Amino acid sequence: MALVDARGLSCPQPVLLALGEMKKLGTGSLEILVDTDTSVENVTRAAESQGWNVKDVRPEGVGYRMIVEKA
Amino acid sequence: MAAVKNLFATRWGIIGVGVFIGVLATLLQKWGNPANMGICVACFDRDIAGALGLHRAEVVQYMRPEIIGFVLGSLIAAYAFREFRPRAGSAPIVRFVLGAFAMIGALVFLGCPWRALLRLAGGDGNAIFGIAGLAFGIWVGTLFLKSGYTLGRATPTYPAVGWLLPLTMLGFLALMLVFPQVPNEPKSGVLFYSVKGPGSQHAPLAVSLLVGLAVGFLAQRSRFCTMGALRDLILFRQVHLFSGMLALLVTAFVMNLLLGQFHPGFEKQPVAHTMGLWNFLGMTVAGLAFLLGGGCPGRQLFLAGEGDGDAALFVLGMIVGAGFSHNFGMASSPSGIGPYGVAAVVTGLAVCLFIGFTMRQKAA
Repeated sequence: MALVDARGLSCPQPVLLALGEMKKLGTGSLEILVDTDTSVENVTRAAESQGWNVKDVRPEGVGYRMIVEKA
Repeated sequence: MAAVKNLFATRWGIIGVGVFIGVLATLLQKWGNPANMGICVACFDRDIAGALGLHRAEVVQYMRPEIIGFVLGSLIAAYAFREFRPRAGSAPIVRFVLGAFAMIGALVFLGCPWRALLRLAGGDGNAIFGIAGLAFGIWVGTLFLKSGYTLGRATPTYPAVGWLLPLTMLGFLALMLVFPQVPNEPKSGVLFYSVKGPGSQHAPLAVSLLVGLAVGFLAQRSRFCTMGALRDLILFRQVHLFSGMLALLVTAFVMNLLLGQFHPGFEKQPVAHTMGLWNFLGMTVAGLAFLLGGGCPGRQLFLAGEGDGDAALFVLGMIVGAGFSHNFGMASSPSGIGPYGVAAVVTGLAVCLFIGFTMRQKAA
């Protein structure tokens, strides 16, 4: 699965990186690592605006591992 | 799901926080804060610099409890919701320099983005130039973002790193309590106080502190950010944060009408000047610096409260920048820009462009 590691990056870079990867993939699954709740919210908002669904958000390390999908 | 549990991060949540800030900022003006300056992070950081004697502009010296409350309120929210994450190490010196020039630009206009909104809501037409400049600076910054601008990653660190700015704020509060204002005295112990001018106008300490704590708490939860509002609108056509900013503006406008604080015009507006070009360019510098630093001055305080040591450095940069701004005659006054205001804008733009062009991971 494609992976974007956005841990430790300031706003809005996690969203920029995630959106860039989604655009490249078109459809499928994407894993995104972030380190703040703010980034989870921002990436969720951005993903949903592009028709991607947030399938899973689980704590990992000091942050989260997100999985987004688009059929 | 982490994304669902936070009601304040929903559309209505951020609008609610904008309304809350709009109501309390205008009430603070009624309760004693300067006109169209119920809350101004730039002005209040500048007043703190004055209270500490980092500059000696006698009319702007007061240890603003709102700022202390912002950081501590955010800290409380971060702990309450398990979001306190000590982190640092993303180009710290750049954050400091950006904070300093953000302040220098904001003081050419005479206000941060929050005050730009409050000035407009109070009828000050000069704020239109400031807000336009802010948007322009942010737009320029988005071009850097699109071409790979990044200050690199912060990494997790000791909790004490995240505590340093909150502890500094507690120290400032302690100084205020140990050396309280003495009527008509310019100094109490080590702290400077204004006898006249905007620095002498303030709501009671407890009121300012409580409002600061409440706003800090809610802003941490909602991620309220005026720079992010315009940035996301320009970059992603996304209106989430913008709806909070708009809510602040509209609420403050209605409140000003109700409180008799709405006085439309350009001339003789409180703590403002009428030089449109410099209002525009001052905020262009500030907007670009906020964008490159990842948040408006308020947001930097809230980030610092949740453990972001780099945001804390941006805040310290703002306070030191205020010292330079007044000491070097770069800050404006109601009569117009300072003797070195033009040089300040040119230097600020040059520094921000240097940072934007040289700190990109890849070419577009």
